[in-house]
Amino acid sequence: MTGQHRWSGLSRPLTLAALAAVPLAVLGVFFVLPVLGMISEGFWADGHFDPGAVVEVLGRPRVHRVVWFTVWSSVAGTLLSLLLGVPAAHLLHRRSFPGRRLLRALLLVPFVLPTVVVGVAFRELIGEAGPLGFLGLDGSAAAIVAGLVFFNVSVVIRAVGAAWETLDPRPAEAAAALGAGPAYVFRTVTLPMLRPAIVSAASVVFLFCATAFGVVLTLGGLRYSSVETEIYLLTTNLLDLQAAAALSIVQLLAIVALLLVTSRLRAVPDPTLARSTARPPRVALAAWPGDWPGVAVTTVVAVLVGLPIAALVTGSLRVGDGWGLANYRALTTEGSRQALLVPATDALVTSLRTAFDATWMSLSLGLLVAVVVSRRSHTRAERRARGLLDGLFLLPLGVSAVTLGFGFLITLDQPPVDFRDSLLLVPIAQALVALPLVVRTLAPVLGGVDDRQRQAAASLGAGPLRTFATVDLPALWKPLLAAAGFAFAVSLGEFGATSFLAREDHPTLPIVIFHLIGHPGAMNYGMALAASVVLAATTAVVLLLVERLRVPSVGAL
Amino acid sequence: MLSLEGVDVAYDGVPAVVGASLSVEDGHVLAVLGPSGSGKSTLLRAVAGLEPTAAGRIRWDGADLAGVPTHKRGFALMFQDGQLFGHLTVARNVGYALRLRRDPATATRVRELLALVGLEGYGDRLPATLSGGERQRVALARALAVRPRLLLLDEPLSALDVGLRERLAGDLRDILRESGTTALMVTHDQEEAFAVADRLAVMRAGRVVQEGDIAEVWRAPADPETALFLGYARVQSGAAAGVLLRAAGLPAAAAVAVRRSALVVAADGPLSGTVVSARVTPEQIRLVVDVDGIGELDAVARLDTHPAAGDRVAVAVDSSRLASTPGRG
Repeated sequence: MTGQHRWSGLSRPLTLAALAAVPLAVLGVFFVLPVLGMISEGFWADGHFDPGAVVEVLGRPRVHRVVWFTVWSSVAGTLLSLLLGVPAAHLLHRRSFPGRRLLRALLLVPFVLPTVVVGVAFRELIGEAGPLGFLGLDGSAAAIVAGLVFFNVSVVIRAVGAAWETLDPRPAEAAAALGAGPAYVFRTVTLPMLRPAIVSAASVVFLFCATAFGVVLTLGGLRYSSVETEIYLLTTNLLDLQAAAALSIVQLLAIVALLLVTSRLRAVPDPTLARSTARPPRVALAAWPGDWPGVAVTTVVAVLVGLPIAALVTGSLRVGDGWGLANYRALTTEGSRQALLVPATDALVTSLRTAFDATWMSLSLGLLVAVVVSRRSHTRAERRARGLLDGLFLLPLGVSAVTLGFGFLITLDQPPVDFRDSLLLVPIAQALVALPLVVRTLAPVLGGVDDRQRQAAASLGAGPLRTFATVDLPALWKPLLAAAGFAFAVSLGEFGATSFLAREDHPTLPIVIFHLIGHPGAMNYGMALAASVVLAATTAVVLLLVERLRVPSVGAL
Repeated sequence: MLSLEGVDVAYDGVPAVVGASLSVEDGHVLAVLGPSGSGKSTLLRAVAGLEPTAAGRIRWDGADLAGVPTHKRGFALMFQDGQLFGHLTVARNVGYALRLRRDPATATRVRELLALVGLEGYGDRLPATLSGGERQRVALARALAVRPRLLLLDEPLSALDVGLRERLAGDLRDILRESGTTALMVTHDQEEAFAVADRLAVMRAGRVVQEGDIAEVWRAPADPETALFLGYARVQSGAAAGVLLRAAGLPAAAAVAVRRSALVVAADGPLSGTVVSARVTPEQIRLVVDVDGIGELDAVARLDTHPAAGDRVAVAVDSSRLASTPGRG
């Protein structure tokens, strides 16, 4: 009879399991299976368990060079992103000046800019013929780090800025009233309060740097290779699948370790969650003489972000010795010397269609996951289960897209999971890449809804669906739209997994751009620039629309 | 009629409510009074179906409620901060449950309810534009809309400031009486319980230590801790209790709980003692007197007297401000 008394003790985990079932199944087939397939590729040779091959691969001097380059370039990229991003976050989120909102939105664009576009833009800027060609940075490690910073400084601005904006100003005011100068207040009060946001941003940026694919591939040339690009080269050019698998395993282990550390750091009660009820007023810029370092750093960031984009746009408009739109008109062709199988405009349509599919997939999965992980837990076991799910669905963020695409190729090719020819394969892979971002956008919103609102609705006779419609939906529709735009933009620019999975006759625009820069001919290069501008403009428009929704959790991982 | 028998609720194996047995007759208002952490809110949540019970039974008119989810229990819940739906107008908040049932007379009933809580004409306002007291009135109207079998009130007035709380407590009692609503209210505030409820249950450390008619519980607290929680200033036991009870003309008991104003300085008082301290308040002088044969007790004196520390005074005992209780343990 005691079973009867535990109705909610039993039915709650059942509801939890039912909600989680679909996302778990999708994650199982399209993430765990491919990744396991990739791992076993490394350990099993000709049907025998043979870990020796992995050890042999790890002993190669080239692998040592690749790993070392990945580590130091990621550390450098992370540190520089922080050094530039934190002061800029302060200026953009705590000071008011004309044009602040526009600048803020523009500095966020690089985050969703397709990595291939970033690579092309940097080459255009620092290449031999580029405006900064005299610096001799083309193909150097410094160029790669600059590309990583370009890409990730917006992550820091976003995450730290969001925390800074809602930081309770009273502790700092109390310290100032006790006689502490601004620098001392910052060091002893503000910085410790911001630390969780900074640490969290740093770990995410490191993750992005370490798994950056498009930037390194397009800027590194033959001299520099990271683990991620090396996996790609080993798979597609050298057909050394075992070595590729071995590197993937190393990367996977490092990333899981990093994610565990991150989740520990995240578990520390975040003081910025104790948000002030009233948002502190922004101080006018001129009122504060101590702002000049922030202004200087923000200017550097704006230049770093603006220059490559400006170089890209001017490059795309250059035709021979004059100016014109010929490169854009050429997008309806297959390029010179049959560089492409289909016109670039067809690829754009494919990209938009794929991104649309990836968006609804990641949105519906992400909503289910967000609901499951954000509900209040009744028991410790339940809390642990929710925490585990939360971490599990973050994994695609860390597992490199190349590994994922590679895993798709080698596991989803036989019944019952033969998806090789399915046109849905690319959107599914892209949906998995976007999934963590969707969950991270929606879960905090659902978690922020007072559970007693739901209880009040239930006590008035509303069933679970009605309660969701009354209480959760009004808070959720904007973030849902924002997450949709975000997923769409991410999917538009996705290159790593897509480069493995896209069918030759159905390439997406980033794939086409990569093909074009690999083919000789001025027209092909011009087309690559024009296609990059089109792609960048499309993602920028989507992102600016998202920014207008003003959802604080978007992009703040 | 709501009845609880031996209900246990635990969080992660840590008991929050132990063996709670209570009943609320139709049309009555039961206040569960207890300090914070006593398990009273958990008990309320278990009745609402928001927490699973580990043992025991919760019944309504004899039918076991185990397995009945919150939204099917027909118990309306009102929180201390109202928890109105911020995006709905006052009228839509109040009519929420009515519309769920597709009640054709929703508009009329909403007007009636707003009149009942004294908020005529507020229908089109949004919750954010209301004061705290107004919001609680709307929450009450919303909870009463479908005439719930039982109204659950979680510290309904605690978030309001003192003057408003007193006024609203009176209104709340009148509204509950007028609508004949059966209600279970949890609170840590004795005044609130006294003003609204007709029956009282006292909870401490997860257990119901006393239940009864509200005046009765006040007259005879179950034990010294309960007496102190109910607002008695001190509890005397043993010989001291004997001296005090004799002076008050009451039968002997193991212990006696004494309110702050039970001893009054009077020339013909049967007890005498030395003033330890004196403090003037707007209404009277509050003293601490070292009473011969008892020890330090609180006492009051009229404002036109001028007792000072060290003075000898005679004191009389107001027997209506004493309560005999069983001793400790």
